[in-house]
Amino acid sequence: MLGYIHSTESFGTVDGPGIRFVVFFQGCPMRCLYCHNPDTWGIGKGTEMSVEDILSQYEGVKEFLKGGGITATGGEPLVQLGFLTELFESAKKKGIHTCLDTSGVLFTPGDTVKFERLANCTDLVMLDIKHINSEKHKALTGHGNENILAFAQFLSQRGVPLWIRHVVVPGVTDDEASLYELGRFISGLKTLKALDVLPYHTMAKEKYKKLGLDYPLGDTPAATKEAAAAARDVIMKGLRDGLKSKM
Amino acid sequence: MERLFMDEWEGFVPGRWSRTSINLRDFIHHNYTLYEGDESFLEGPTEATKKLWAQVMELSEKERAAGGVLDMDTSVVSTITSHKAGYLDKELEQIVGFQTDKPFKRSLQPFGGIRMAMAACKEYGYEVDPEIVRLFTEIRKTHNQGVFDVYTPEMRLARHAAIITGLPDAYGRGRIIGDYRRVALYGVDYLIEDKKEQLATSLVRMTSENIQLREELAEQIRALGDLKKLGEIYGYDISKPAKNAKEAIQWLYFGYLAAVKEQNGAAMSLGRTSTFIDIYIQRDLDRGLITEKQAQEYIDHFIMKLRMVKFARTPEYNSLFSGDPTWVTESIGGVSVDGTPMVTKTSFRYLHTLDNLGPAPEPNMTVLWSTKLPQNFKRFCAKMSIKTSAIQYENDDQMRVQHGDDYAIACCVSSMVVGKEMQFFGARANLAKCLLYAINGGVDERLKIQVGPKYRPVEGDYLDYDDVMEKYDDMMEWLAALYVNTLNVIHYMHDKYCYEKIQMALHDRDVKRYFATGIAGLSVVADSLSAIKYAKVKCIRDEDGVVVDYQVEGDFPKYGNNDDRVDRIAVDIVKSFMKKIKKHYTYRGGVPTMSILTITSNVVYGKKTGNTPDGRKIGVPLAPGANPMHGRDTHGAAASLASVAKIPFKYAQDGISNTFSIVPDALGKDDKVFVGDIDIQSLAQELSDEG
Repeated sequence: MLGYIHSTESFGTVDGPGIRFVVFFQGCPMRCLYCHNPDTWGIGKGTEMSVEDILSQYEGVKEFLKGGGITATGGEPLVQLGFLTELFESAKKKGIHTCLDTSGVLFTPGDTVKFERLANCTDLVMLDIKHINSEKHKALTGHGNENILAFAQFLSQRGVPLWIRHVVVPGVTDDEASLYELGRFISGLKTLKALDVLPYHTMAKEKYKKLGLDYPLGDTPAATKEAAAAARDVIMKGLRDGLKSKM
Repeated sequence: MERLFMDEWEGFVPGRWSRTSINLRDFIHHNYTLYEGDESFLEGPTEATKKLWAQVMELSEKERAAGGVLDMDTSVVSTITSHKAGYLDKELEQIVGFQTDKPFKRSLQPFGGIRMAMAACKEYGYEVDPEIVRLFTEIRKTHNQGVFDVYTPEMRLARHAAIITGLPDAYGRGRIIGDYRRVALYGVDYLIEDKKEQLATSLVRMTSENIQLREELAEQIRALGDLKKLGEIYGYDISKPAKNAKEAIQWLYFGYLAAVKEQNGAAMSLGRTSTFIDIYIQRDLDRGLITEKQAQEYIDHFIMKLRMVKFARTPEYNSLFSGDPTWVTESIGGVSVDGTPMVTKTSFRYLHTLDNLGPAPEPNMTVLWSTKLPQNFKRFCAKMSIKTSAIQYENDDQMRVQHGDDYAIACCVSSMVVGKEMQFFGARANLAKCLLYAINGGVDERLKIQVGPKYRPVEGDYLDYDDVMEKYDDMMEWLAALYVNTLNVIHYMHDKYCYEKIQMALHDRDVKRYFATGIAGLSVVADSLSAIKYAKVKCIRDEDGVVVDYQVEGDFPKYGNNDDRVDRIAVDIVKSFMKKIKKHYTYRGGVPTMSILTITSNVVYGKKTGNTPDGRKIGVPLAPGANPMHGRDTHGAAASLASVAKIPFKYAQDGISNTFSIVPDALGKDDKVFVGDIDIQSLAQELSDEG
């Protein structure tokens, strides 16, 4: 089986624990307004690579990746669920730590067989919850968030460690009530290990220009680190209150 | 030589160092205290330190305002004893001594070449005393004059066309590290006795080699006498060993100061001093003589002096090196041959000066990195690197195999055993230009003159890999021979007219000499040959038939992506050129080595190298050292580093450099926004305990 791969990065430092070999999967069904990789949207494009191709690239640089592993990101890796599962299963056989960076949007709560198999070979999932409110989520990405939240709960029940990511976009994803609500939601995830609140940046504007695309967020300013830290505090408050309410 | 255990050594563990011969390694290994703790013991700057440093910053500001030079000697030729004492503030300085009679005044050093000394003065509005000019033109010959008396027309042409560049033929070659620690441990009197015995036991069959050695030993003895006088100028008797930490640092610094008063070398490195000095500091601390605050103050003041080392140099020289570097390299850390780390508290104290005095490029603090270094020290280094970007790292695990555990780095990457090995600095050959010569039959693509041998140029519109490789091999053969012979001239003359007396006085008699060579343009060559092999490269000729540009049709593997197809080409070129270098006679039995290390001069080389078959245009800088070409390593840093790591150290023992810059944000998560250690069960527990 071959995968459609946008590119690989041999020195990923922000895509999971340690220094990691990052595989950017080609193709994504979401159209998030702030997506910074619009070049990975198209499905069926990219370079065709086999599991062996990817793992041999990993082998070539593994000395640098002690304490790290492989991260699948994209695009949306779940678009190529079969290939992703093969890659992770092979990696696990070699003792490589596997991490999936996903939006979870393609999870199918009614049919989880394939996802069970994936969960068995995944050491960590970084799940991006873009908005806790489904309608606002739809406005932001084109899809509601039901599958995503269900995926979080599925992974929690399956015992898969979770990092929750949230991007703070001024005026779009930073209202306090929603942030608090997000915190309440993730307090129910038993396997939650980290919360990563990322300030929205505008560095992708150039990419859109090159691809001849309009930049959907226009002149929305970048979020400051301080704003992200403040958002984090609100989420953490929701998380604490959520835990308390369960006592 | 038999001798008694000296009083100043009380408390030190004796060994071969105290019983039989000068042996710094033995002293260090018997006496150093490994430190595996963290940085929490370190102290901030004292009031005196702050005051002195403010003075230095003020002088720096004035120097900048004055156009880069604050003051210059124009009539006093610098020697070890040429100047009276100079101070910033005598009352506050724990460690004293300047190159001239006041800080920031640059000395006049004409022995390397009077023209360079004159040009350096002229550029900044000074004029060398005409009598000095006459003396060093008509009466006393310089290194520069000696070299040009002997150069062949071919050598001059190769130099002019910049296929061989950066040759130390008009200035001091540098790259020699005196073992300045010897001054502190043994005192100058003992060193003189030792040298006298070396002279007395040297061969008397008067071959030119033996005559040269005897003359040099006599010069060394005289220089040591001068070193003692330098101490006296500052009110110190350094004939005996140092008896405490402050003296040890001061004695050591006098040794170094003598060297920079005598030589304006291309790199005047310090050696490996921190663990040595730590032994003295630790003894003083144990005896309750000093506090940590004082210990740090000594180090801060010492480092401050090293930051103020200055030379008179021309703007061209500075543009070649992107600044006004002195390469006061200090090697820190490393691991001993038995596997014990050599990190001490003073390793931390040295790096801590980057906090106490603020970051600076000099002294060039170089951590000898090993996987076996203590975790706390590694963490501290990383922290200081992120904070200051002022630390250089070198692979101790590679170099220890060759040099043991008392080597140091000269300049940026040249390793040598302190006091036992030295090197003849070799500048570099431009292998990218050499490839263009192979294509054009020795005609320089920029000057349009015949520089290399008139071999048959390539014919036809498209380059053929086998044809180009065959021609390239011949052209490298020519270049290697010319290069080594040019260096032979230079080092002969440097020894004759600009001999490093005091630095060599702080070496053993029978030193191992490395004959350093270097190459520039490795990644351009690798990518060019890869383009010729895997894509199609069309030649574009000018009206005289000289190929002046290339059109690359199709894609090709590029060095820096961990792709063996092209990485192997780079490895083969390194091996091949080194083998060619080794074929030739080298001055004084020098052992040939090669470096791939241009750190800043690659910019100038880029200006002098025409369009290349990889699609690079004239003027675009060559990549520094063994780096991939800028922007062509598209698979991330680890793949890029993996390509560079394939270059065999065995064939480039003078060092392989890879310049790597990364913004702190790309090094990992920002702890301000990342909560990385959530444990939901224990958090719940905590909250329920709170009620």
